[in-house]
Amino acid sequence: MQFLQHIGEYTLLMGRVLRWPDRQRMFWRQYSRELEKQGLQSLPIVLIISLFIGAILTIQAKINTENPLLPTYTVGLLTRETLLLEFSSTILCLILAGKVGSSIASEIGTMRITEQIDAMEIMGVNSANYLILPKILAFLTMMPMLVIVSTAIGLLGGWAVGAFTDIITVHDYLIGIQYAFNPYYVWYSLIKSLVFAFVITSMASYYGYSVKGGAIEVGRASTKAVVNTNIMILFLDLILSKLLL
Amino acid sequence: MIEVKDIVKIFDGHVVLDHVSTELRDGEVNMIIGQSGSGKTVLMKSLIGLHDLDEGQILYDGRDLAEMRNKDIRMLHREVGVLFQGSALFDSMSVMENVLFPLEMFSHLNREERQARAEFCLQRVEIPQHLWNAMPNEISGGQQKRVAIARAIVLEPRYLFCDEPNSGLDPKTSLVIDALIQDITREYNICTIVNSHDMNSIMEIGDNIVFLKDGRKEWQGSRHELFDSENEALNDFVFASELFKRIKKQ
Repeated sequence: MQFLQHIGEYTLLMGRVLRWPDRQRMFWRQYSRELEKQGLQSLPIVLIISLFIGAILTIQAKINTENPLLPTYTVGLLTRETLLLEFSSTILCLILAGKVGSSIASEIGTMRITEQIDAMEIMGVNSANYLILPKILAFLTMMPMLVIVSTAIGLLGGWAVGAFTDIITVHDYLIGIQYAFNPYYVWYSLIKSLVFAFVITSMASYYGYSVKGGAIEVGRASTKAVVNTNIMILFLDLILSKLLL
Repeated sequence: MIEVKDIVKIFDGHVVLDHVSTELRDGEVNMIIGQSGSGKTVLMKSLIGLHDLDEGQILYDGRDLAEMRNKDIRMLHREVGVLFQGSALFDSMSVMENVLFPLEMFSHLNREERQARAEFCLQRVEIPQHLWNAMPNEISGGQQKRVAIARAIVLEPRYLFCDEPNSGLDPKTSLVIDALIQDITREYNICTIVNSHDMNSIMEIGDNIVFLKDGRKEWQGSRHELFDSENEALNDFVFASELFKRIKKQ
């Protein structure tokens, strides 16, 4: 019953969010702030995680494919497919749900309990549209770029394993990451990431916007936002994989 | 003027406002007073349109709030300034940006005119220029209240609502805020509604005082009439302390 209530309230909120902004100038200003806050500020964590995961995937792929029947380029192939199909879209979004989602939920939740949202509403501002729409659109803009950067840096991490250790040769790795490349997988990854970007920002905004009470409730809303967004991402990953692959 | 006609508000079977009627006049500081739980906040939120009424009418200069559509209520809200208990300044914006916000959202002034209007309002509430680019958390509670007043009056509202404006302020700063609210009310002929517990404020600036008890209007009058009132519940509330009892006797 509570689940249905959440769906109803979320739908009503999105009905208020997904409207043409009252003032274009104010919207673009908010949008550019969010691009910086959600996109550029997420870049360091994306770079670090992707680099290490790329390297780790390469090492683990090598350990699990030590079979003379398998060609030596298999390691590069496995690293590329894992990064492209799952890590740089789904796992990266799970990580960003923690960073971006909790930040959005706590920011909007704090505005709610300190009456800043009430102040906007009483001024006649559609607070949901003003606060949430720029966040959703900014993250939708930045997410494909983060996915592409993550994939590239992950592949670079795998290359570093070849370049600086004797686990695999750079030559075999480079052949592997180019072997039987299917460009559709890039589109698959980008489509998934766009869906997840919408889920992260809209669900986190919903949990923040509907906070009632004090600071403890803001913390709870932030936790709920991250947990439920993660569950939703995994559920949608399953559905999208079935539909798109 | 705001006319409140026989309004009833019920939450979960509990009557919070019980057939309350009153008039809140222009150019006067209209104060809603009463103990905690007496219905002050619900009355104020009902006046602003944040609560739907179960019975009765609220008329803003003859315009019935209940008959307004969402769009009309949003238009009405542009004539309303609100000073919240905790100031409710936008903490991601500077002092100047907070005051500019309503202008950027709703006015048709150009950039220079908006800036001039915001500067005028900040000067009117005596915020020194070196604080205009400060963030809200970098200024004192009294200064935050003054910035919130500047933001509330920047669009020249016809109605100003103040929820516990002196909450958390020292007595001297409270007097400054009271004087500012009173001056602005007179200067712009605004209908100001103040929800307060603060006896000093009531005695200083209450032109029209509405006393609520258990959701009912128990008494209404000016601060001068307050001293001579024989209403037992009002006297118990207003002259609760020994100091005020002695003042009343004198």
